[in-house]
Amino acid sequence: MSGKAMNLTLRIWRQDDAEDSGRFETHEAIDVSPDMSFLEMLDVVNEGIIADGNEPIAFDSDCREGICGTCSMVINGVPHGGQQGTTACQLHMRQFSDSDTITIEPWRATAFPVQRDLIVDRSSFDRIQQAGGFISVRTGSVPDANATPVPKEDSDLAMDAAQCIGCGACVAACKNASAMLFVAAKVSHLSLVPQGQPERERRALSMVQQMDDEGFGNCTVTGSCEAVCPKEISLDFITRMNREYGRAILKKSCS
Amino acid sequence: MSLAHNIFNTSLGRKYLMALTGAGLFGFVVMHMLGNLTIFAGPAAINEYAAKLHSLGPLLWVARIGLLVMAAIHIWAAVKLSSENKKARQVRYEGAVEPVDVHRKNQIVSRYASRTMIYSGLIIAAFAFYHLAHFTWKVPQINGVVADFEEFYVHEEDAGENQVAFETPLPEGKGEEGKNAVDVYRMVKTGFGVWWVSVFYVVAVGLLCVHLSHGLSAMFQSLGFKTKSTEKLINRFACTASWLLFIGYVSVPLAVLFGFVK
Repeated sequence: MSGKAMNLTLRIWRQDDAEDSGRFETHEAIDVSPDMSFLEMLDVVNEGIIADGNEPIAFDSDCREGICGTCSMVINGVPHGGQQGTTACQLHMRQFSDSDTITIEPWRATAFPVQRDLIVDRSSFDRIQQAGGFISVRTGSVPDANATPVPKEDSDLAMDAAQCIGCGACVAACKNASAMLFVAAKVSHLSLVPQGQPERERRALSMVQQMDDEGFGNCTVTGSCEAVCPKEISLDFITRMNREYGRAILKKSCS
Repeated sequence: MSLAHNIFNTSLGRKYLMALTGAGLFGFVVMHMLGNLTIFAGPAAINEYAAKLHSLGPLLWVARIGLLVMAAIHIWAAVKLSSENKKARQVRYEGAVEPVDVHRKNQIVSRYASRTMIYSGLIIAAFAFYHLAHFTWKVPQINGVVADFEEFYVHEEDAGENQVAFETPLPEGKGEEGKNAVDVYRMVKTGFGVWWVSVFYVVAVGLLCVHLSHGLSAMFQSLGFKTKSTEKLINRFACTASWLLFIGYVSVPLAVLFGFVK
């Protein structure tokens, strides 16, 4: 059931290291099967580049099944390529047509410095997570059913937020390179379940503080983060984070 | 981490400040428009309204300083936030001209108003300064007519019936600031009689309403009240309020220019 093979022109960002100023390079992708994933297509192009004795294109990838959040590239100006709820590794070449020119760039954000070609350093996300996106004590193994009642609505919402894979597409898409959707998902997720309550205020305050310190921009509610999110995290979580933060500063200053 | 730090030095805190001061300034803009509309009830109504405002004394100064502080915080936070936004992405994408709009397949959320808030805001601030110089400080050089608004005081024939706070009607000759009632009606009529003053006014009010069409909705987001279920209602409120304000404000210079204000 394979379709007709395609020939594509790729304009790819090449950058030797973090200090290099970088440039666009053009590569031809010949005989691309429409059933290939975008990353498989890049693998094939890389084999050709290696055969020619040149440096292959460096890009991040890991699970290649859309759950690890490692692949990160802006394809034709859209993070992960623009297919709804899909990471770049799950994007298939059937989304493109023969003789297309595809522009591939790394995430662009001051807080995500480019390391090489399409690879950016996303440890700013790790530091935000380390600032409070966890529960400090062990909460034990799976409890008996109904031992800790959690309303269905809350657990559903918490699961929606927990879907975030921290890929950084929200930052890449935002005109202000704001990390609010990521932080909102992480703040909301634990604030909705009983285990997250003791550290609820501290979590909101320190994660927001860390986000600011990393040099991300601010939210102007354009909604582009939500549109490109491979896990379809809703913009409503940013509203929830705003509420959580307000609640935290009121509680902290009144106690 | 003190309360002041959490409000003034963080991104979310500054967004709260933007929303709260914005709400306060919106309140002023609404009251100001309602005051303006008294002109359609005749010279006595608007002059009486002005005399009552002026007779508030210290309260008036509390309101003025409050407004000034709110405007200062609003502008400070806006400049700070947008400079952070600029710094957060220094290299732009080549692949798309305006990625913000392309991403949105079903509906374009990022409207023109939301992307130009800082520009519309700064122009409005410049206009507000001119408007104060024009009608409050009454700088004669910028009003475009020979008359000096400083000399516009209420005379017997225009005076209302219940002007308690000031010595009116004025028998004849010049009045005195803070003692006699100012003839706001004649000032507005003369002021807006100059076409370019009115055009500037209409443009600035238009920008104000564009600014509010986004601001009135975004403030609910910043304060954590806007969700998918309330979004439609909030957006409709923002749009309706902006149009009503525009019509209310613009009606005054238009009425003057087209001779409805005698």
